[in-house]
Amino acid sequence: MTIALIDYGAGNVPSVERALQRLGATSHPVTRPEDLASARAIILPGVGHYAAIIRALDWQNLRSSLLEAIARGVPFLGICLGLQALYACSEEAPTLSGLGLLAGGVRSLPQTTKLPHMGWNRLRIVKPTPLLEGLGESDYFYFAHTFAAPHSAENAVALCEYGTSFTAALQRGNIFATQFHPEKSGAAGARLLQNFLKFAA
Amino acid sequence: MSLAHRIIPCLDTDGARVVKGVNFVGLRDAGDPAELAARYNAEGADELVVLDIAASRDRRPTFLETIRRVAAELAIPLTAGGGIRTLEDARSVIRAGADKITVNTAAVEKPGLISELSAEFGAQAVVLAIDAKLEGTNAKPRWDVRVRGGRDSAHLNALAWAQRSVELGAGEILLTSVDRDGTQAGFDVALTSAISRAVSVPVIASGGAKTPEHFAQIFSAGAADAALAASIFHDGVQSIRGLKQFLAAKNIEVRFPC
Repeated sequence: MTIALIDYGAGNVPSVERALQRLGATSHPVTRPEDLASARAIILPGVGHYAAIIRALDWQNLRSSLLEAIARGVPFLGICLGLQALYACSEEAPTLSGLGLLAGGVRSLPQTTKLPHMGWNRLRIVKPTPLLEGLGESDYFYFAHTFAAPHSAENAVALCEYGTSFTAALQRGNIFATQFHPEKSGAAGARLLQNFLKFAA
Repeated sequence: MSLAHRIIPCLDTDGARVVKGVNFVGLRDAGDPAELAARYNAEGADELVVLDIAASRDRRPTFLETIRRVAAELAIPLTAGGGIRTLEDARSVIRAGADKITVNTAAVEKPGLISELSAEFGAQAVVLAIDAKLEGTNAKPRWDVRVRGGRDSAHLNALAWAQRSVELGAGEILLTSVDRDGTQAGFDVALTSAISRAVSVPVIASGGAKTPEHFAQIFSAGAADAALAASIFHDGVQSIRGLKQFLAAKNIEVRFPC
């Protein structure tokens, strides 16, 4: 199966591509709305500033075709900013509207800790999900972010603690997302991507 | 549950090959960067740094190819630097596969570069490298910022420069003790602790590592978020797994892959 990899110039697109290759999956870069029409699985990677991902989705006219694909039930995985983009808005760029698939806003982690939250941390798994099959609370994942989605009991499948408790991974139906970077998280990250591929197959 | 302390091997390269030497003198070949990268990725390194210590303009394409080869071997984050002077330099390094870039001399000469890079790639991708040298006394220390491979004074106070860089948008500081670098006498705990407690971003300690005890000290008394070393890993003097087992036994949180 070929994964539609949304490419708006984010720094981690090549890493995700390589991580998928290592799992024997292929991906094609998506830069135009028509590329999403026949997509069987979609990954939205991202790293950096929230405004970059939201503006790019609009400039490249991808917003509505992405929402349509997700509504059709196409398996979707958002990574880092790709998770944050699912919410209505973010404190990082308050004038921009996110995809609005999930209620609530993305907020800064508390200034009482060192920011960005950078490095390897563990999860508290709060709900069973195919995404975390074979993974547990002793596995570490790589985070690099300052903003995060607050713990939402409705969709969170795993939380992380850093100054506060925030959503580290979520699932709602065919929508999956992680605040951490599975493509940079060694064997544990590879397993998570494998789980997504299996779900999508 | 808390953030793991990171162990970061560093590949100093002449652009194409990993080299070893103290203060750029007597450089010796230490291997192929992609082979070492694959080894450290498998052994449990938390991140990798690859530097072009020659950083000459005409060797640039060679270094970018090295970054591509290294990135292809990694399932962990990669930081690259050496000779990054402009936004365009940084973009080519990130496109080659680096997750973060380090800047040093160019940022001292033009602090606005930090803001430019941070606006473009996000603070999490901008690592300010500071080479610091003790100027005051041990009782009343102050550290001077060094540039051009540690040779020249930038006439800046390291602590003030670290704080300023964070205001400008640096997301992490790679702090090298010029006094300890290459000595294997241990990290500079006083320097690292002073800087780490003065800034709101993570600090990577570098320079002087030899024994596992040095790492334990820099994480506890030195308040470092990560520690970097080169020769002791390249030479096989210290295995990453063995180092992490030592730290875990001292209740210092580290990541064990698998």
